[in-house]
Amino acid sequence: METYIQIIANGLMLGALYACIAVGFSLVWGVLNVINMLHGSFIVLGGYLAFFAWAQLGVSPFVMLFVVAAVLFLLGFLIQYGAINRVVSKPVLLTLTLTFGLDLILYNFMNVVFEATPRRITLDLGSLGIGEVMLPYDRLLAMLLALAMTGILYWVLRSSRIGRAIVAVRMDRDAAALMGIRVNKVYAITFGISAMMAGACGALMAVVYPITTNTTGLLLGKAFTICVIGGLGSVPGALVGGLALGLIESFAGTWLGAQYAILIGSLLMLTLLMVRPTGLIGKRGYE
Amino acid sequence: MSTSAKLPARRGLRPAHFVFLAWALLLAAMPFLADNYFVRLATFVAMYSALALSWNFIGGYTGYPSFATAAFVGLGSYTGAVLQNAGAPMVAAWVCATLFTGLVAALIGAAILRMKGHYFAVGSITLIEVLHQVASLWSSVTGGGEGLNVPILAGGPDFAGRVFLYAMLATLLLVWAVTLWVDRSKLGFGLRCISQNEDAADMVGIQVNRYKTVAFTLSALFCGTVGAIYASWVSYISPSDAFSVLLTLKVPAMAMLGGLGTVYGPIVGAAAFVLMEETIWAHFLDYNQAILGVVIVLLILFLPGGFLKIDYRRLWRRPPPARPAAPAASALSAAVTGEKAEKGEKADKAAAAPLATFAREGRS
Repeated sequence: METYIQIIANGLMLGALYACIAVGFSLVWGVLNVINMLHGSFIVLGGYLAFFAWAQLGVSPFVMLFVVAAVLFLLGFLIQYGAINRVVSKPVLLTLTLTFGLDLILYNFMNVVFEATPRRITLDLGSLGIGEVMLPYDRLLAMLLALAMTGILYWVLRSSRIGRAIVAVRMDRDAAALMGIRVNKVYAITFGISAMMAGACGALMAVVYPITTNTTGLLLGKAFTICVIGGLGSVPGALVGGLALGLIESFAGTWLGAQYAILIGSLLMLTLLMVRPTGLIGKRGYE
Repeated sequence: MSTSAKLPARRGLRPAHFVFLAWALLLAAMPFLADNYFVRLATFVAMYSALALSWNFIGGYTGYPSFATAAFVGLGSYTGAVLQNAGAPMVAAWVCATLFTGLVAALIGAAILRMKGHYFAVGSITLIEVLHQVASLWSSVTGGGEGLNVPILAGGPDFAGRVFLYAMLATLLLVWAVTLWVDRSKLGFGLRCISQNEDAADMVGIQVNRYKTVAFTLSALFCGTVGAIYASWVSYISPSDAFSVLLTLKVPAMAMLGGLGTVYGPIVGAAAFVLMEETIWAHFLDYNQAILGVVIVLLILFLPGGFLKIDYRRLWRRPPPARPAAPAASALSAAVTGEKAEKGEKADKAAAAPLATFAREGRS
């Protein structure tokens, strides 16, 4: 019994981070109708920034979170404003290839500057033991912060002025423009928020897992999978999808071996794409 | 439906055919003109041209953003390598790999072509990941992460270099012939219609699913051939090499560099791309991917139609007098030069329309 609770606990701790990864990706996909291939690199960049601040300056990653978030927001805003906005209404082939190209640049840059060695922030905070179940404090803290960030994003989209503008643009771009919303600016802010979430999540991931540039594609794949499981463009969808993927990987890793976890996730995603592209709790998809 | 009256009037001999054949002859003559480095380069040019032309069936004519090229190249190279290791003769292994890849693509295509736009793009990328994982995990057949050795062709490097150059060239000529046929046939017309408006195409009686599946299969078939030849050529394959995401991006970029949905665009694009790669990038090994990225970004932002869709005649003439901004669609259609002007029929809209769609369609 304890083993199952442990597997579920691991899955949920992983899933909270996954949700945080996917929520920004899903936002960009839903609002801008762009598949952001840069997302994985944003996460790794956030992780690296947090790691180097910790290793060389001794800044706690939980403080660095805010700096990373600000830097990544600015980067995302500029990329969207300068490049992606020019083709944002073109077919998928163009937008996807453009973000793919941008990703290659960022990826190469990170490989040259940071090198691809796996790095992890080791905090050694000990762990919380409930019976046989062990919950390391650093993972627990990362999970809570990830959930908190997801919650804040949800609140921002629901209640703030800019959040309402983002939702309005998502619903009907032209009508939103007629209501005086500056669509290009909203796009840039949306992309910035997405990059910010990715970077902050990367900083949290660096506490839990080793970060290396080789994982950019893997993380991107996870964002895809979660979006497809949960449905596009909604925060609750990303949350459900993330937690579901965390649990699935946790169980698949225990029963079949860790190397099968990715294959299971990909196959699940392909099947879902064909059977139910709006996701488990999605409304009608925004194609 | 009767399409015969509306087929683009491209029959007969066009200068472009002669230019292409001369180019193919030049590539074929490479072993007699220059050393092995250039033979290798020519092989790469032929290989990427064949891949870009293959991708053009689904990505160019049909307008489906497929990123599955690497999946089929990998599948072909593994099939070919496994067969050769089992003792099959080289050429037989290539043919079997081609047919097997085509069969798999037809089955997969029937399933994933039900998705559209973003979902299709994501699905096709996932396909690479799935096959990659299978190749890594099924180690009794594929050798797992350590990869697979393929018997080296006997006869020395000079002889082997020629064999693989001619094999790739033959594949290129085959894909070219098929492209010419598709371009002129009812199939090509149907695919262009699907690219413009799939629902309307369905309404007027085009069997959309069958057409798309055929296009997808065609786009995979020759990837399988190229993959199998490549495996024999380099005589070693590993999962991350065979299912490379970079390849899957390069090939559409080449087709876009030349011009989507045209017969010669992908060939021009592939040749330009490979030559650029060799001359510029070889000097900046650390920044290889970044330069590829910059090329792609510049291409998308400033030259989305590719080389063949620039109005070269207008570049030389003085700029036309200022006039009110034309709608993007007509400006783009007007930018399709030369060959469109020759035809001057209403039917040409069929060929020009994918472009207009590009400009109009907004969100697909």
